[in-house]
Amino acid sequence: MRDDDDSDGLTASRRKSSKDPRPPPRPRADGGMRIVVPLQGVVQGRGGLVLGSLIPCALFYFLQLYIKRNRPPAPEAAPGSPPPPPAATPIQRSHSRGLLTPRNALPSLSARGAVVRSGDEDSLYYAGLRRSADDPYHPVSNPDGIINLGLAENHLSLDLVGRWMEDHAAAAMLDGIAGAGEDARDLTIRGLATYQPYDGILALKMALAGFMRQIMHESVSFDPSQMVITSGATPAMEILSFCIADPGNAFLVPSPYYPGDIKWRTGIELIPVPCRSTDNFNISITALEIAYKQAKKRGVRVRGVLISNPSNPTGGIVPRETLHDLLEFVAEKNIHFICDEIFAGSMYGSDKFVSVAEVVDELEDFDKGRVHIIYGLSKDLSLAGFRVGVIYSYNENIVSAAAKIARFSSMSTPTQRLVVSMLSDQKFISEYLRVNRERLQKMYHLFADAMKQVGIECFKSSGGFYCWADMSRYIRSYSEKGERKLWDRLLEEAKVNVTPGSSCHCIEPGWFRCCFTALGEKDIPVLVERLRRVTDSHRSNS
Amino acid sequence: MVSMVADEKAQPQLLSKKATSNSHGQDSSYFLGWEEYEKNPFDPIANPGGIIQMGLAENQLSFDLIEAWLEANPDALGLRRGGASVFRELALFQDYHGLPAFKNALARFMSEQRGYRVSFDPSNIVLTAGATSANEALVFCLADHGDAFLIPTPYYPGYVSVCMRRFYSLPYDANVQVAAAGPAAPRTLLTTTRRTSHGSLLTWQSTSPSSPCRFDRDLKWRTGAEIVPVHCTSDNGFRVTRDALDDAYRRAHKRRLRVKGVLITNPSNPLGTTSTRADLDLLLDFVSAKGIHLVSDEIYSGTAFADPGFVSVLEVLASRRADDEGRLSDRVHVVYSLSKDLGLPGFRVGAIYSSNPGVVSAATKMSSFGLVSSQTQHLLASLLGDKEFTRRYIAENTRRIKERRDQLVEGLRAIGVECLESNAGLFCWVRMGSLMRNQSFEGEMELWKKVVFEVGLNISPGSSCHCREPGWFRVCFANMSAKTLDIALQRLADFAEANGKGAPAQKGLAGGAPARTMSCPVVRFSWANRLTPASGDRKAER
Repeated sequence: MRDDDDSDGLTASRRKSSKDPRPPPRPRADGGMRIVVPLQGVVQGRGGLVLGSLIPCALFYFLQLYIKRNRPPAPEAAPGSPPPPPAATPIQRSHSRGLLTPRNALPSLSARGAVVRSGDEDSLYYAGLRRSADDPYHPVSNPDGIINLGLAENHLSLDLVGRWMEDHAAAAMLDGIAGAGEDARDLTIRGLATYQPYDGILALKMALAGFMRQIMHESVSFDPSQMVITSGATPAMEILSFCIADPGNAFLVPSPYYPGDIKWRTGIELIPVPCRSTDNFNISITALEIAYKQAKKRGVRVRGVLISNPSNPTGGIVPRETLHDLLEFVAEKNIHFICDEIFAGSMYGSDKFVSVAEVVDELEDFDKGRVHIIYGLSKDLSLAGFRVGVIYSYNENIVSAAAKIARFSSMSTPTQRLVVSMLSDQKFISEYLRVNRERLQKMYHLFADAMKQVGIECFKSSGGFYCWADMSRYIRSYSEKGERKLWDRLLEEAKVNVTPGSSCHCIEPGWFRCCFTALGEKDIPVLVERLRRVTDSHRSNS
Repeated sequence: MVSMVADEKAQPQLLSKKATSNSHGQDSSYFLGWEEYEKNPFDPIANPGGIIQMGLAENQLSFDLIEAWLEANPDALGLRRGGASVFRELALFQDYHGLPAFKNALARFMSEQRGYRVSFDPSNIVLTAGATSANEALVFCLADHGDAFLIPTPYYPGYVSVCMRRFYSLPYDANVQVAAAGPAAPRTLLTTTRRTSHGSLLTWQSTSPSSPCRFDRDLKWRTGAEIVPVHCTSDNGFRVTRDALDDAYRRAHKRRLRVKGVLITNPSNPLGTTSTRADLDLLLDFVSAKGIHLVSDEIYSGTAFADPGFVSVLEVLASRRADDEGRLSDRVHVVYSLSKDLGLPGFRVGAIYSSNPGVVSAATKMSSFGLVSSQTQHLLASLLGDKEFTRRYIAENTRRIKERRDQLVEGLRAIGVECLESNAGLFCWVRMGSLMRNQSFEGEMELWKKVVFEVGLNISPGSSCHCREPGWFRVCFANMSAKTLDIALQRLADFAEANGKGAPAQKGLAGGAPARTMSCPVVRFSWANRLTPASGDRKAER
């Protein structure tokens, strides 16, 4: 607005001067120039042209600055214009904090809060889950509903756990069957109700150490004092991240990987390191090296490598040699290594799972303090609702820091007692692990065969709840857009919700994560028929 | 560049600054006391000479009521409803919106605590793993790094850690010192920081280690928000005044902090008093004028045992609703938990109540980092759903608290020690100036050490609650039997006698002008000692 004023003023005066015929033309020698740009005369001797134009520009600049400084308050300046929308965005990015004085139109949320709030809104992963939740398939009551393959749950062995709960739950907490070495006194309500260690009761750590050892086939033992228990694996991951990285630091994450939430509050950047289908999605150290260098070039400090083993979403396991290489890599770079082994007990393939805990013992001269394992019972015991997560670290500083932060995500004591008592029931646990494995195996083959029937190949996976399916044949354009379109058709036409590879940061379009453990055997034929709707029409079109 | 690399290599373990920082609050003399207790805890039979824990605000007075209820309702613990197992519903339940049955029951219970004068909408409740977690999530939602909250003193010191600014982001040079010093050198750290900084948050960080209750760590730690104390004095029973609020606001402004809200505990921890309607009105006026948030921590609401009873800020807000122009209700948030009222801290159940949809949605998503286990939710849904039980419980529990508190107050009075007149809470705010040799924070520290090490009572010195007047102590009474309390009082009486009781002559200690010197170990806010600026300034700011 003021700019308009200025230019108006200038042109007006120029017009005026040009219009006015009366002043007689001056002699050329001293030049009207000296009046218009008086300084030019002064500097004419040396580089006059440059300085002569520079100085007026500078003066004009200062004039602008002066005007800007003395700008009248905004509301008065705009009498005719409509009033500014009151706090148009309720959320304000406020990195220029501090110098601002609070105003009445203060944002409701912090920038962080705003990010979290809108965080997953646009993700297909969550969109699909919401759609499925609204219209879930049921063979009898809702045969047209959406079959949800986007979950991360195992329904195959719920009956076993359920039966155990029915028989033992109440007794476990009150009668004190559980008491692994604790006084009987602790097992009344006093033991459940009062403040307990925030990082989990010792009995649970011991029981978990035993359980983890069992699912790793006794090949390695775990020390309860290196454990921190949190309310689920999600906080475990976040707390660990808080401990080893500052905001703005980064982790290298071989992709595809599961869309996690650790970025929100920690401010840590996850740098995907692409793995290729031609490599069977194996982690490549060269790619890690490149990503590391690139990050460094950007000035981003890489604090660690984060992998999941068995991999989520591919279901592949990381071979022993790769683990060796990874450990060498992190040692060389002096960074951390985080291994998410939450599916360690849900193996069904022929390949044997190797925990990083086993590998660190094999290496000589290796500083274990950089290795951390995330575990939980949500997947392997189908107890997602009970919120049992574990940080297992070889670094005592991290254990003690994490134990302190764990107060924000402590696990409820009655639940801890219950889980202790369940894990201590050796007979039940062995039986469960055996039966669950058989059922996973069976269901995996049924599912992979069904996919094959409709012409979809699955990656040969060994553990976890997912088939990593290659549907690139059915996408029209080989791009993320094409993948998105297919996802949309699967959801709308076939009424099947899957997780697109793009949500897992897969760089090759056309891959989809399908959870097969939330299905029943009877659902398979329905699924085949549904998928045909899309695959057949594709063939007829092309 | 080269030196940077060398630096990295030199650092043996790359913890984040958070993990290495000295902000965990466990290195202080206070924790010496706590450790002492843990080494030598009192037990009437096994260790009658041990230290009696009076620093823990835990409510163990009504466990028998809950035990009796659990015995009568085995379904709750046995994961059943009406005799049928509900395990399948619970096993995989990890919806961060919480079990509807539990949220409904909690909303009703909260409403009952407030005499049904306020009603709570279950959809505005966010469940978290304890009140600590709730406070942290709220701060995460409302404040960014370097934003500040005003908290009236004395306050439960745990707040500090929820707001602890991360060191790396500090513009002050002194920070480097803190980060570099690490946990190894806490003592020297305290002195150096005190000298180098005048009123910067550094002084804050150094105060947090001396916190008794863990609260100090809670707020500041991960969120990076700041706390600015609102100084209240014993002259008016530590009530908040507008002048004190304005003063704190101005101090924050001077430190270039953007004030995001006021955080109060009502009933107050450590005072044991409830806020009056007038207090709350004053606070609402203030936040309304400044356009900031008000967070009211009401976790002790069910402990109010005498008139004037507890008044929730929501009640006052409701009565102002008519002239609620600034959408004040969007900026008032309540924190609740079952740890104190029901005496179930082991269950880790906290809640945020807010009518701000943005806050509710962001906090709900954040709550996935600290969910309450489905089993615990199921158990509490049945417990709180039993109206007959809750009614009986509330009445009986407050009666018992009053009885126990009277026992403490009378016992103390007998030896010439007065308490602040309280009507809620699980503790008394006790003035022990009469037992102190000199009326300063050194004197307070000296007495505190004697009480812990010689008398064998673990109480919390006022300095750790950021009280500005020496001689106050928080003494908890609800975590022990009446007999144990008698023993504690007897010990204190013996101590008073042995010390000649000569002290009462000095009983009339004033606000403690001589105490507020830099030499005193606790007053670390040099800026706090400055005279308050002329009231003209104050007006100008308003």
